Amino acid sequence: MNNLIILPILIPLITGVILIFFSKNIMAQRWISAISAVITVIAASMLANHVYRDGIQTMDLSNWEAPYGITLVSDMLSSLLVLTTSIIALAALFYSFKSIGEAREKFYYYAVVNFLLVGVNGAFTTGDIFNLFVFFEVMLMSSYVLLVLGGTKIQLRESIKYILVNVISSALFVIAVAYLYSVVGTLNMAHISVRISELGDMGIITVIAVLFLIVFGLKGAIFPLYFWLPGSYYAPPAPVMALFGALLTKVGVYSITRTYTLFFYHDAGYTHQLLQILSILTIIVGAIGAIAYSDIKKIIIYNIIVAVGVILFGVSVLTPESLTGSVFYLIHDMNIKAALFLLIGIIIAITGTSDLNKISGLINGYPALGWTFFIAALALAGIPPLSGFAGKIMLIRSGFENESYLGAFVVLMSSLLVLFSVMKIFIRGFWGTPRAYKNEEKAPVKWLLIAPAVLTAFAVLYGFGTEAIYPVISNAAETLANPEIYINAVLKE
Amino acid sequence: MEILMAFVIGILFMSATYLMLSKSLLRIIVGTGLLSHGAHMLILTMGGLKRGAAPLLGEHASSYSDPIPQALILTAIVISFGVTAFFLVLAYRAYQELGTDNMDRMRGTEGND
Repeated sequence: MNNLIILPILIPLITGVILIFFSKNIMAQRWISAISAVITVIAASMLANHVYRDGIQTMDLSNWEAPYGITLVSDMLSSLLVLTTSIIALAALFYSFKSIGEAREKFYYYAVVNFLLVGVNGAFTTGDIFNLFVFFEVMLMSSYVLLVLGGTKIQLRESIKYILVNVISSALFVIAVAYLYSVVGTLNMAHISVRISELGDMGIITVIAVLFLIVFGLKGAIFPLYFWLPGSYYAPPAPVMALFGALLTKVGVYSITRTYTLFFYHDAGYTHQLLQILSILTIIVGAIGAIAYSDIKKIIIYNIIVAVGVILFGVSVLTPESLTGSVFYLIHDMNIKAALFLLIGIIIAITGTSDLNKISGLINGYPALGWTFFIAALALAGIPPLSGFAGKIMLIRSGFENESYLGAFVVLMSSLLVLFSVMKIFIRGFWGTPRAYKNEEKAPVKWLLIAPAVLTAFAVLYGFGTEAIYPVISNAAETLANPEIYINAVLKE
Repeated sequence: MEILMAFVIGILFMSATYLMLSKSLLRIIVGTGLLSHGAHMLILTMGGLKRGAAPLLGEHASSYSDPIPQALILTAIVISFGVTAFFLVLAYRAYQELGTDNMDRMRGTEGND
């Protein structure tokens, strides 16, 4: 029993409720949400520290014992993801203060951001499959509001598509839970895992596994189900885009990781083979999109899809080393995607356009922005001392060791194309002859640069401190590789 | 009984899929309504339709029907209520702003070059 687990969910929830009462007082909104974001980061880091020292922490809500009530479970992976989420949220909030605009701030922007955090942190922490559905809905409802808030034509149009896709995938989630409940008769994730291993090799479990892959693949944008993402993520303003790009798809990826390592590891020949093929195709499609566009938002959006493929490739190989690589890459990618979206948000704030053909010579006026972007771009591609390297090298090595030569090769080549796509932004946008832009005077570049610069500094530290952080990450991967640890912690046998 | 329910739910899913593939936005929203009906009935059916008293301890029956699926449905119903209400208002705003409910005409050129 440890009440610390619920704090990263409870603090944003209470903050969101309080913020509803002060919707017209913008300064109060900013202060309250900033303070609560800092407290959430502190609580999340205390939780991660606690989990690292004492093993998996569980909390049975209302003291109902494990399979009967809802249990919140914080293993190393979920506590690290909660910590990363809290840090990204703090950065995005800080960025919002000067960029989101008074009209949005008066219409419950900060409250909705806090509810989004409730959903994301809850989805990472829960130990109950139906509770996961509920936290998904909390997260999705907030994301609908954040996507449409402001009500411009493009936002209305893309919200309709985004909501429709998510309503369908939520219905499929309910259907998948119903099928699973009819087979195993329980909703607690650890208990489901026990029941599935007692059932052994049944065809229906494989069918449900594929159904869950479709559900979470729709949320997490894997290959044939990614079609909604490029349009939807194009519409909202930069800090919302950073929250979406860093958090929403990663919740889908986390859910695939959790279900495919905890529930469906028995018939791995079929399910994980399928996951592997889809993840390789996801990388290829994302890389093609990233090099095809000359629009800075589109380039970064397609890089999300590449990263989803890379992480899931590691999950599909299912060895301790590949899982370590996946966890390394997952946390790196959340951090660097938030940094990149905030950085291109600054570029858009300065130039008033996201079309790369209309931007050049920014390095003359904005050297700090240029070099921060350069470091973030190198970190994204995985250049050795920076953060993307360690995860990718482990994924590639475990891919070759397990004779997934094609997958490992595709991961390797994708780095090249990712590097090409972000360097295209750097070379064409920052080099060349300087131009005059209409918003140049108004954009508060110095303030806006603080949040992405801190995130980029984290990426550098994460890269240089790989040795130091390795035990934490491998601890997370160990729980994924051995579901017994998770089950014993929850059911306390 | 479960077989009959499975057929009914199948028909609901079929109609929902058909409606969601149509051009008009309102037909799509009607489709999502049917889809959530189907999903809720599926939970009820998958929980088992054996005879038993309503899950009230005051009934003093020897067997009760499974209460968990009913709680799950209740949760799913209010969630889909919220989402549908939001979706309907969004459709109304989109109709005011964009002047069409035809999905084919809701195309943007920005960023989709």
